[in-house]
Amino acid sequence: MSSISYFISRLLQIIPTFLIVMVIIFMLVRALPGDPAIAMADAKATAEQLEQIRQRLGLNEPIWVQFGLFVKNTLTGNLGDSILLKAPVTEVIFERLPASGFLALYSVLFSLLIAGPLAFVAALNRNGWIDITIRSAFQIGLSTPVFYIGLILLTFLAAKMRWFPVGGYGATFWEHMHHLLLPALTVALYTSAIIMRNLRSSVIEVVDAEYVQFARAKGLPEHIILGRHVLRNALISTVTLLGLSIGNLMSGTLVTETVFAVPGVGRLMLDAIFARDYPLIQGLTLTFAVLVSIIFLLTDMIQAMLDPRLRVS
Amino acid sequence: MTETKTDFGTCPRLLEVSNLSTSFSAGTKQLRAVDDVSFHVNEGEVLGIVGESGSGKSITLRSIIGLSRRYGQVSGEVNWQGNNLVTMPERDLRKIRGKDIAMIFQEPMSSLNPLLTVGLQIGENLTEHTDLDKRGRKNRAIELLEMVGIPDAVNRLNDYPHQFSGGMRQRVMIAIALASNPKLLLADEPTTALDVTIQKQILKLILDLSKDLGMAVILVTHDLGVAAQTCDRLAVMYGGKLVETGNTREVLRAPQHRYTMGLLKSVPENIEPRTQLYSLPGTPPSLLNLPLGCAFAPRCAHAVDECSRAKPPLVGDAHQVACFNPVNQGQTPIGAA
Amino acid sequence: MMLKRLLPHKTQMLVLLRPGFLVGLAILLGSLALAIFPAAFAPFEPNAFNYSALKQPPSFEHWFGTDNLGRDTLSRVIWAYSVNMQMAFVATIFALVIGVTVGALVGYYGGIADAIFGRCVDAIITFPFLVLVIAVVAVLGPGLTNMYIAITLVGWVYYARLMRAEIMGQMANDYAAAGKVMGYSDRRIIFRHLLPNAITPVIVYWMTDMALAILLGSSLGYLGLGAQPPQAEWGVLIAEGRNFITTAWWLSLMPGIAIVLTGLGFSLVGDGLADLMRPRG
Repeated sequence: MSSISYFISRLLQIIPTFLIVMVIIFMLVRALPGDPAIAMADAKATAEQLEQIRQRLGLNEPIWVQFGLFVKNTLTGNLGDSILLKAPVTEVIFERLPASGFLALYSVLFSLLIAGPLAFVAALNRNGWIDITIRSAFQIGLSTPVFYIGLILLTFLAAKMRWFPVGGYGATFWEHMHHLLLPALTVALYTSAIIMRNLRSSVIEVVDAEYVQFARAKGLPEHIILGRHVLRNALISTVTLLGLSIGNLMSGTLVTETVFAVPGVGRLMLDAIFARDYPLIQGLTLTFAVLVSIIFLLTDMIQAMLDPRLRVS
Repeated sequence: MTETKTDFGTCPRLLEVSNLSTSFSAGTKQLRAVDDVSFHVNEGEVLGIVGESGSGKSITLRSIIGLSRRYGQVSGEVNWQGNNLVTMPERDLRKIRGKDIAMIFQEPMSSLNPLLTVGLQIGENLTEHTDLDKRGRKNRAIELLEMVGIPDAVNRLNDYPHQFSGGMRQRVMIAIALASNPKLLLADEPTTALDVTIQKQILKLILDLSKDLGMAVILVTHDLGVAAQTCDRLAVMYGGKLVETGNTREVLRAPQHRYTMGLLKSVPENIEPRTQLYSLPGTPPSLLNLPLGCAFAPRCAHAVDECSRAKPPLVGDAHQVACFNPVNQGQTPIGAA
Repeated sequence: MMLKRLLPHKTQMLVLLRPGFLVGLAILLGSLALAIFPAAFAPFEPNAFNYSALKQPPSFEHWFGTDNLGRDTLSRVIWAYSVNMQMAFVATIFALVIGVTVGALVGYYGGIADAIFGRCVDAIITFPFLVLVIAVVAVLGPGLTNMYIAITLVGWVYYARLMRAEIMGQMANDYAAAGKVMGYSDRRIIFRHLLPNAITPVIVYWMTDMALAILLGSSLGYLGLGAQPPQAEWGVLIAEGRNFITTAWWLSLMPGIAIVLTGLGFSLVGDGLADLMRPRG
């Protein structure tokens, strides 16, 4: 099948990029002043423990051997132990991923629900007062930092009205939905502003496209023109935009998790920084890069599914 | 082409356009793309609307079936079987569009939806305008593709537009347009985007179909050569107005408007080899900045004082011209003699 | 001469009279005035404790209320303008200079350098922007200067990518080839001929980036990675007020108005410039 070979070729393209990603992460810790082994160990570590770390990182070997070891350790999932939580880094990260994943998906859902319809309404009423109102609102949204949106929602809807919990994650699915509603809305208000801006112009592009004119010349009813000819084509740009704004989405969740005390990887990252927990920082940075790559790949696959032109190589 | 043309003058009128105007607002200015245009099409006849790009010919076509409505203001009358299409509500107009009056566009590449199969794009037309069931629609789609000359039609219904060549795509578009046996086909520069050899094939296809199905055609083109080979009557457009209309043979033999004359001189087919090609001096006017008088006056070597003061009306009987200083009847048009 | 080439057609200048652009410009000029002369605008001494007016809600006397030590929040916000406006410039200018230089060279010479650059860009955009900046701050340690370094280290890539694309576009034009035929030095062709023509989109992006820098800077301040506490900075002020969110919401929420307003100013002006410099008007 051509879609499988397409997938494999995309996967192969990622390898050189990821090697550089590894170099960057490798360099982060080496850039620290002093002995990396001390940075990577507990302050109370014994000489023996330090020697163990030196062995694992290959600090007595030339730098490229060290890098090779780093790649090997990473691929085998051996990222060392977290200083802060006294447990293997991979274990700690996997424990925290579900909350972040839940929040991210929840936010994507909200972003689509907000940006999609509004982009359509704005595009179809181009330069009318509805369009101008929507665009102004999103212009303000783009100028508002995520943590501030979060604080406003937190203050009024959680602290004052007590409709939502002030933080945490809950235990069951519905508790997650309830606890993460405000955080997800926070992230979504920000990302939807980014998506909306571009989506509006691509909807305009599609609405004026010749094939839409032709569909109209065929005498098709308006709901078929919009649903079949406009929506499907606009969906492709939506997927593209979602994929491209995944970095923004993750930055958004990172900040939001701290505002709402959500036990996810974003909050963990900040905890790790203040604790100078370098193995954990390294592991988390890598995790974020891997996640973004996966999303990029997924975006490509969905695009190929939606657009027949991409399917044939 | 030496083929003799039928005289359609006696056939009943199919479409009557009177005083059609279409304007768009561009910033603070009004852009008048079509300015008080009147013409008619007889049953089964091929009418050519000829003009340079920006002369308003495409907008005229789009205004007939109400595609310009959502972008600008359309006024005047388009009489179709006793109804005025200009004022007809969208809901009713939709039943005529694509059924009785079909349209094909210039760019087969961008006019077919890239995400939908060819079969679906033909089928949705049939769903809308016929009572055929799924099976019937499929058979009709195959029949249509065969009719426009697409080989192996049965196996191509599930193909996407990008899997067809440019000429084949234009054939697909014609098949879609013909789906419910229209009485009038509006063809907007159907061959401009194609290679010369394929242009000829497509034009022949449109002519043959017109003859076989008794379908009238309005062919919009910037290429006088194309129009001369295909059309029974010609309407020449300049600056949003009709400047000359008449029987093709009549207009080509004795053009009366200076602009038609210029166009005719710049057709390379009629001249001796190795003579320099004539080209009209100057450029077409911007529709935002039309002169007070005749739009062609600034480019016209024979303009008289009156030309810059008032717009010449379209006068005449079978052969109409809008010019204050038309070409004399005796003068021979083409650089011969 | 370079300026003339950058200036668009006269009719396009009308963009500058649009309300959006004028509002943006007014906000920016106002912000600049507040940043340069905070003392002239602040109603109170920013650090003056007033134990008779603790945690007072917004009133006619204290527009933004007072904090737990009785300090006037509005005055502290005004004094923070200089730091936050400085962020917009300092956090972007080095990235701009480095990015433009690298992008121009890579775009002009192409070849292996370009291939390596392409991979590096791919790698860096694989990280969420904030994550990489935070990771660099983690290595350097929190603080304003380190924050600037971190943003520059990550941000130059975006300028370089844009510049590279523009230079390559310009090289397709005849005048670049003409320069080569006439035997001009590479340096002269790049910096005298190509750069002035290619820089417009970069300048437009710079304006948006300044808005982003303010958002990013205050976010890092809020997270405790940027400006450090005794310093009055919007993010820091909001973080300080976070502890009193149930009893004195204005401590956290009022300083945010300054962020939104300033960010809006930069992006409105940026949009205006983008419209102005867009080639087809």
